[in-house]
Amino acid sequence: METLLAFVIGLLYSVGVYLILRRSIVKLILGIIALGHATNLLLFVAGGLIKGKPQFADLPEHTVLQNATDPLPQALILTAIVIGFGITAFFLVLMYRFFKITGTEDLDELKEGTSS
Amino acid sequence: MILPALPILLPLFTIILLLAVFRRRALQPWIGFASSTFQLILSLWLAVLVKKEGILVLHTGNWLAPFGITLVIDSFSSFMLVLSGIISFSIGIYSIPAIDKQRQSFFFYPMMHALLMGVNGAFVTGDVFNMYVWFEVMLMSSFVLISLGGEKKQLNGAVKYVTLNLVSSMFFLAGIGLLYGKTGTLNMADLAVKLADGGNSILINTSAVLLFVAFSIKAAVFPFFFWLPASYHTPPITITALFAGLLTKVGVYAMIRFYTLFFVQDQLFWHPLFLWIGGFTMVVGVLTAASQFDIRRILSFHIISQIGYMIMGLGIFTVAGIAGAIFYMAHNIIAKTNTFLVAGLINRVTGSYDLKSIGGLYKNYPFLAVLFIIPAFGLAGIPPLSGFFGKLILISAGFEAGKYFISFVALGVGLFTLFSMVKIWNEAFWKESPAIADNQPHHKNKMPLGMVIPVVFLGLITLFMGFAVKPILDFAMSASAQLLNPTEYINAVLSKRIP
Repeated sequence: METLLAFVIGLLYSVGVYLILRRSIVKLILGIIALGHATNLLLFVAGGLIKGKPQFADLPEHTVLQNATDPLPQALILTAIVIGFGITAFFLVLMYRFFKITGTEDLDELKEGTSS
Repeated sequence: MILPALPILLPLFTIILLLAVFRRRALQPWIGFASSTFQLILSLWLAVLVKKEGILVLHTGNWLAPFGITLVIDSFSSFMLVLSGIISFSIGIYSIPAIDKQRQSFFFYPMMHALLMGVNGAFVTGDVFNMYVWFEVMLMSSFVLISLGGEKKQLNGAVKYVTLNLVSSMFFLAGIGLLYGKTGTLNMADLAVKLADGGNSILINTSAVLLFVAFSIKAAVFPFFFWLPASYHTPPITITALFAGLLTKVGVYAMIRFYTLFFVQDQLFWHPLFLWIGGFTMVVGVLTAASQFDIRRILSFHIISQIGYMIMGLGIFTVAGIAGAIFYMAHNIIAKTNTFLVAGLINRVTGSYDLKSIGGLYKNYPFLAVLFIIPAFGLAGIPPLSGFFGKLILISAGFEAGKYFISFVALGVGLFTLFSMVKIWNEAFWKESPAIADNQPHHKNKMPLGMVIPVVFLGLITLFMGFAVKPILDFAMSASAQLLNPTEYINAVLSKRIP
């Protein structure tokens, strides 16, 4: 499972980097989203994957949960997802304003001096 | 003890209040100003308290460290909080006349205080992931501030700024994730304990590098600085001044905190790297500044150059070196913000930031010349202003530690800084005004009092830091000693630990 996810994360990172390097601002945003997801998955895997052991179980008192999944990385990811969601929303609005004001979504057409 | 949370709670309540009355534009600046004043007083009080009673710790929700989020104020944090308070206070006054009505009624003040909340949060937190969250709070509000108003030029700068800062956040988050995977803790003091006795220090190298890249982007250090000059000159000058004072320094703060507290294993690799990067940052920043003609761009490149000095202090890694970095940071936050504010005044009276189209300011506005010369020569390092002592402490620490090369580089860069400042002085103040040469009638514009007061205030602090070096340096020394010997910090955080 870890090996598979490692490849997925690597793939997501490369997709993200490729998209960020494109000139179109829409692809730029998609790239940022892909990078965000790659990082979230990385956190998830780094926290350790244990199959079939829930982190909260209805146990009798004074027994210690052995080898259970650590809930903290998932809490971290949840926070990161929420933050990423907010940032994506902001970026989309920024893109919309950008398109309305400049009439283009190509970042290279906006070099300083060439724009009126 | 709730005290360590106050620097976060105060801006938070201010934001709530500001949003509640956001339809009444006339009230907004005054609420903002009152909150900024409170923040300055609060930070000074906290600094005195930390000095008297030692490190303040708050375990939020009574979850003891290392399980809950801990807020910690040690000497270094309290020092940074005071600086943030000073900047908040000056911008609070300056923005009243300088920010246009449109922006004031569209959430300038709530966003400014959200930014301060993020900055203060990053200064007081004792938890790595929590620091990430505060960085995001700070970034989010800075995104809004930089694109507020939506001028074409601003949006252009904002896209670059937003993208590169988001990439740096990803690095930060990835570093935290791997760090947690290997150590199983996020509390900084606990990390210090776990990494100090672990023989597997090689495992955290990935995290150390990822976090270093993240903070380097935030701090605009040599190979990662390109977003800064591309975006800082686009928003209104008040916002630029706020960013210039605080944002990059939060990156430097995080770097100093992390690399003195728990990433201390591989010193043979990191410290020469810091010195090299610091050296390159200084030289590249100052040389690129010399070729610019827009005041804001010259000053933006100087931010980069001066970050180099702070990284150099970290690379020297002696008590004097880090104290020099802290002192230099204080000097730089104040003088840099002040030069941007003066640039705003220049723009107010001449209508331009371009050195080629302005001139004759010394003849027409001698008072403005005095206001400019204090922070500008402070930055260049002319005695008896604060920059001279900042550089003196750093360079003498460098010589003491046997780092001769970087110390000579730092000396040379100081000379080039002087060159840039003299360039602004010659072009804007001494040269004949081009308007007069074209026989256009000269009309004197007034400088609003609200824009002059903060400039005078910051100028007086620069002078004060020059004349009263001893007490400030003593404070920086004690903060630095506390950083280099983290036992006190660790004990303060973990003393109530469950066995």
